[in-house]
Amino acid sequence: MEIDFTHHQSAHCENGVVSNLMKHNGFTVSEPMVFGIGSGLLYCYIPFLMVNHAPAITYRAMPGAIFNRFAKRVGVKFKREKFKNAKAAKARLDANLERDNPVGLQVGVYNLTYFPDEYRFHFNAHNLVVYGKQDDIYLISDPVMETVTTLTAKELEKVRFAKGAFAPKGHMYYPIAFPKELKLEKAIVKAIKHTCRDMLAPVPYVGVKGVKTVAGLIRKWPEKKGTKTANHYLGQIVRMQEEIGTGGGGFRYIYAAFLQEASKQLGNEKLLELSSEMTQIGDLWRDFAVDASRIYRNRSTKVVIDVYDDVATQLEMIANKEEAFFKKLKKAV
Amino acid sequence: MKKSDVPQDESNLASTNLRELCYAVDENGDYTTEHTTGWDPKTIALSNAIEEIKERVATAKAKVRANETSPIEYYMELHKMDLPVLASYVGAWKWCVKRHFKPSVFKKLSSKMLQKYADTFDITIEELQHIDT
Repeated sequence: MEIDFTHHQSAHCENGVVSNLMKHNGFTVSEPMVFGIGSGLLYCYIPFLMVNHAPAITYRAMPGAIFNRFAKRVGVKFKREKFKNAKAAKARLDANLERDNPVGLQVGVYNLTYFPDEYRFHFNAHNLVVYGKQDDIYLISDPVMETVTTLTAKELEKVRFAKGAFAPKGHMYYPIAFPKELKLEKAIVKAIKHTCRDMLAPVPYVGVKGVKTVAGLIRKWPEKKGTKTANHYLGQIVRMQEEIGTGGGGFRYIYAAFLQEASKQLGNEKLLELSSEMTQIGDLWRDFAVDASRIYRNRSTKVVIDVYDDVATQLEMIANKEEAFFKKLKKAV
Repeated sequence: MKKSDVPQDESNLASTNLRELCYAVDENGDYTTEHTTGWDPKTIALSNAIEEIKERVATAKAKVRANETSPIEYYMELHKMDLPVLASYVGAWKWCVKRHFKPSVFKKLSSKMLQKYADTFDITIEELQHIDT
């Protein structure tokens, strides 16, 4: 069977699935809106977590957080289920498709056969929508893909029960109750305050202070770890900032798009101004990526130490700008 | 970023005709989305990461041939895994998996344990024991 489901491509999977499921149920919510109301913007350095043999740095809230906060703030109730047993997971999925209910699934990326090989890493917090089934083939709407795609039952089971950090355990979710009317104003204000609080948190690993900490680390890496490792780490930072899903500039552009939309919703001119300021900050992150890539471009180990200082200084400048920005944003709502 | 400035560099995405979505502002300063085929700074970062993995695989292979480690480590690298991920797939402690890297321990592994590794890597036990076949 095939459910009449409209696929919209998005930059990021989690926003995309929420936005697509909302649209399916007759509520038009854009991707930036989901991202903003879910307080998706963040900067966090997680020193004890290594991803691809480099320290983890994230530009967004924990997987699932955007989703939870959005649902809570706009008053949509989601049903979520996890499974121990793959058979039970499949049965529940089929039952939902049977009654024309497209569901969101959390999956691991490594076995997603329709992704280019180079992008298949062990990352378990990817999201997609299943909107139908033909014999043994499931119809998939993966929000980061341009068009819809398919997975066999076996492939789907594999990605639903991927192992490692954030193991999905067959995680399946779908909206069950909606408010009569979508009231976004309060949710927007609450979400913006939350993001400001996160970004200005007095913790060395989070938000603006986290950016400064990482800048300090970049200065130390070449001496402490050798330039080869330092280059590898720097490459990983840029990948986490720009790889599939961030919409460019480590989510800063999506956030600027959200602020622009929010300014119209709230009739707040100040937010429009801040949106263009956020765009400029996004441009600075892009510049940082360009300069960092000049360092790791040739994988040679002979690199002048000064260049690391330069990109670190650039990061510190971005941190200062963001600090000023979020202080202003806090006052604007 | 302006819509017209969204980079359209060549990248690994081309192999599957995949284009990413980027957020950018149009002439009127309004936010919109634009497809991108890739951007050099991240293409370089990605291909460096792939190179890194290839090197790790080659090193592991050499170590298996020199009888310094077991084929498990080679297959782990080949599948872009690290110790925590592999341990989680076979349902064993990290230190146990690490112990299985020892060729002497690997030889004595039960067929049940070997099967778990084989299933994880999607190969037969025979292939697990002989990396060149």
